[in-house]
Amino acid sequence: MNEMTQPYRLAEAAPVSWFQFATRHRASIASLVVLVFPLVMPFTALAVNILIYGLYALGFNLVYGYLGLLSFGHAALFGTGAYLCGIAIVHFALPWYAAIPIGILGGLLMAALIGVLAIRTRGIYFAMVTMALSQCVYYLFYQAVDWTGGENGLRGINVRVVDILGVKLDFINPLTRYYVIAAFVIAAFFVLSRILASPFGAVIEAVRENETRAKASGYDVTVTRLLTFILSGGFCGLAGALQALHLSIVPIEILHYDTSGIVVMIALLGGMGTFFGPMVGAAAFLLLENLVSVWTVHWQLIVGAIFMICVLFFPAGIWGTLISRGKR
Amino acid sequence: MAGLSLNLVLLQLFAGLALGAIYVLFAIGLSLIFGMLTVVNFAHGAFYMVGAYVGVYVLMLGGNFWVCLIVVPLAVGLLGLAVERVLIRPLYGRGIDYPLLLTFGLSYVMVELVRIAFGKTGFPFDTPEVLQGAVNIGVGYFPLYRLFVIGATAAVLLALWLFLEKTSFGLIIRAGARDPQIVRVLGVDVARVWLIVFGIGTAIAGFAGLLAAPLQGVIPEMGSTILAEAFVVTVVGGMGSIGGAVLAGLLVGVVVSMTSLFAPEMGKVSIFALMAVVLIVRPQGFFGRAGLMS
Amino acid sequence: MTRKTAKSGSITRRRLLTTVSAGAALAASPFRINLLQAQEANIKIGFPVPLTGPYGTEAQDQVRAGQLAIAQFNDAGGLDGRKAELVVRDDKLNPGEAATRTLELVEKEKVNFVVGSLSAAVQLAINNVTKERGIIFNSISQSDAINEAADFSKYTFHEALNPHLTSGAVGRYAFSKFGKKVAFLTADYAYGHEMVRGFLEVGKAFNIENLGDIRHPLGTSDFSTLLPRIQALKPDILCISNFGRDQQIVLKQATDFGIKQTTQIIAPLLSHASRVAAGPQAFDGVIGGCSFYWGIEDKFGSTKAFNDAFKKMYDGKLPTDYGALGYGGVRTVLTAVKNAGSVDTEKVIAAMEALKYDFYKGPQYYRKCDHQSVQSVLVIKSKSKDMKNESDVFEVISTDEPNEANLRTCTELGHKA
Repeated sequence: MNEMTQPYRLAEAAPVSWFQFATRHRASIASLVVLVFPLVMPFTALAVNILIYGLYALGFNLVYGYLGLLSFGHAALFGTGAYLCGIAIVHFALPWYAAIPIGILGGLLMAALIGVLAIRTRGIYFAMVTMALSQCVYYLFYQAVDWTGGENGLRGINVRVVDILGVKLDFINPLTRYYVIAAFVIAAFFVLSRILASPFGAVIEAVRENETRAKASGYDVTVTRLLTFILSGGFCGLAGALQALHLSIVPIEILHYDTSGIVVMIALLGGMGTFFGPMVGAAAFLLLENLVSVWTVHWQLIVGAIFMICVLFFPAGIWGTLISRGKR
Repeated sequence: MAGLSLNLVLLQLFAGLALGAIYVLFAIGLSLIFGMLTVVNFAHGAFYMVGAYVGVYVLMLGGNFWVCLIVVPLAVGLLGLAVERVLIRPLYGRGIDYPLLLTFGLSYVMVELVRIAFGKTGFPFDTPEVLQGAVNIGVGYFPLYRLFVIGATAAVLLALWLFLEKTSFGLIIRAGARDPQIVRVLGVDVARVWLIVFGIGTAIAGFAGLLAAPLQGVIPEMGSTILAEAFVVTVVGGMGSIGGAVLAGLLVGVVVSMTSLFAPEMGKVSIFALMAVVLIVRPQGFFGRAGLMS
Repeated sequence: MTRKTAKSGSITRRRLLTTVSAGAALAASPFRINLLQAQEANIKIGFPVPLTGPYGTEAQDQVRAGQLAIAQFNDAGGLDGRKAELVVRDDKLNPGEAATRTLELVEKEKVNFVVGSLSAAVQLAINNVTKERGIIFNSISQSDAINEAADFSKYTFHEALNPHLTSGAVGRYAFSKFGKKVAFLTADYAYGHEMVRGFLEVGKAFNIENLGDIRHPLGTSDFSTLLPRIQALKPDILCISNFGRDQQIVLKQATDFGIKQTTQIIAPLLSHASRVAAGPQAFDGVIGGCSFYWGIEDKFGSTKAFNDAFKKMYDGKLPTDYGALGYGGVRTVLTAVKNAGSVDTEKVIAAMEALKYDFYKGPQYYRKCDHQSVQSVLVIKSKSKDMKNESDVFEVISTDEPNEANLRTCTELGHKA
């Protein structure tokens, strides 16, 4: 038998590198890390914050890392999710399992609103519009004192017991709270991984790499951008809702552009356009802030300096640099 | 609302011009730096703040306000030169986001360094004696110092205009703003031009900080609020356009002033809403270049 | 070579080493089981205050004063030998951060009580976390939102005074002396509204003519657009209801605009730190209220004792208004613990409710319905000459004695009778 008559065969699969293995099972690996995480953190509330900010950064990363659009207004998505979840519980006495989807919906809707207005601008202008629009959202929520508590924040998001199919979990217990929140974050991992692996995920990256070519190939770039932005809003909204439940309050500062700035720093620190990067970035940023605050009140100096060093020398972020070193 | 007379409105307008003058100075530097280097300088507020603190320091050493007017822009400009050379230059060519991100981190560092050097609470900054008091400008009494601010801003604008229109270096800057490629082909050392532009931009920001100091005192955080508002000005005026920065700066000052007459709570929202509207309807602002840098 | 087998039950060197090192690792690891029971551990008081940010100086003063209260408690023998400890954390003036810190204090540090906070939003955030977990929180933030029924719980106490009390005191003094035409300039946020409300309520009794309430956004750095309007109203009295930097700036600019020549400026609260930061010129002639001034040591033995102890512990420094709050907040909790003879929450709550004390400024007690500390308010005027030392920046011109009638009523706050 020669090659002509042999049935066409795919080449033998090359031995799978650890990197390829990690990518294929990224959601599962991230989930495993999340499960053992609280045991190595100084205190559980910090571990929860890392999860939440990691999820927030994951949502942001979808737009910045994978699509290539720098948004300086993501606080609006995070904050809307938090407020809507909180308002559902405080003003409408809805149970937690209704409030969280409302938070996600809030993030999606706010992203749709901002996205529709901002999506036709490019580059630096996109960053500026998103910042301006999210500041408008900040002032609007600030003024709506009866709903949001205004400057004093929304208080009273008190969920004591989480009832899952008859099993009553004590939400006040720090570890229980962590694992309940972790469950949502892990679900988000899987959803995100599916999105990125789907054809849509490929289009997102195509648009980032070469917009003209993507357009020539028949993809509607504007719609792609808008859809990605909206999806990002869903993840950030979920993160916000979880934050509201964790802290039992929603502070007005959550909508301020400082919060937008923080997620930019976290994404860069961790590594944009990577799956694990945002989580690594959140862990690095919050741990740093926590540890440095213990030694000195000048933690902003250290964090700012480290950020600058990353921008200058490690633009791929901690995780991105590790990956590229590992690949070599 | 008591007595909304024409006099009051005109007085309010004048106050808006004085407010706008500081915005103008601040935004010009931002606009210049963006127009020439395509760098969004998130640390511009920090340079503004440093200018005010250099003024405080000079006064501490026994100098007077007039000495500050000269020393502050020089000192801050030098700092700007150093920052551009050491921190920003390595990032050219890497994409438009990197200098933005770097200056973002730089602002944290600069603010904290000032806190360490000068403390957290800030300093009062007295209006120089000869400029204290109010004068009757026909429609009412207006603080003399604010008239001085308007005047000083006009002087800086004049000097800048002369520099750009009448000197050969200014010619290079204008050419470079229009087409950086050609300028390089013609053999001009673009890197040196950018260095100097950054220095000039930050020097003007520091000068603005010094002028603002007697108005509101000096604290380490004074740069961050004006930065957000100045972004509005640069966007509305058109990033890269000096004329735009002037017009938009005065416009924003007047808008804030007028809204505080009718609905003070809406003051801040109004300028961000204005910014959003301009960005959506005409992203390049009044005089900016369309389709700037994707 | 035959291997030596250990007889069962005997301890080989290897096993000894393994056990000892495992034990050492266990002892050093962060999640060791605490074999020492709670009886021997210190009484911990969590103390979240804004060490970073614009009120860092005030916060540090609070920490110093809080440490003084702890030291005095320990030196007096503690609770039958059991000592107290202040666990200080930086809330960065951010309610979200404050909530995280409080979670850390309660869940990890296992504090028995929490005292602290400076900003209104932060106190409410801390309170939400502590009340859900049954931990006593004594707030030293000067806002009475925490007394309202919605946020209040039996675990919530409020040592600090509130805007209603201070604007009431200042209003009572000023409206009787300077005229009836009153204009208001107010920061447009909860605290500002609380202050104006206090003024207006007192003003009713004096039949003041309200010329208008001009609102400004929080964080305004330029009042030049508002001051001409105010001048046009020609008020006898201008009530400026804002705080911190806003207050420093507006007083400075009002001075520049020459308003003081025709109008008496009053403010609900004048703080030591603001006065120092803004300088004598801006504050000159302004009348306002405050909770504590070291200068009243001539009147109260407790003040003198507090001042002397503070000076002794901190190199001759005098305590400020914020410092005194830190001291009072911690000392009342510790005294209640001593009186109750235990750290059991219910017993300490009862002891605090029954407490009648005079620790630093004269007689005080906690009102039952909202645990608000009923206390005196000082009406002060800024000094710019004849200053005895660098801390001598105010002159006390009047005092509102402790009186429940000066507070908002329990019903008004939403508490059922």
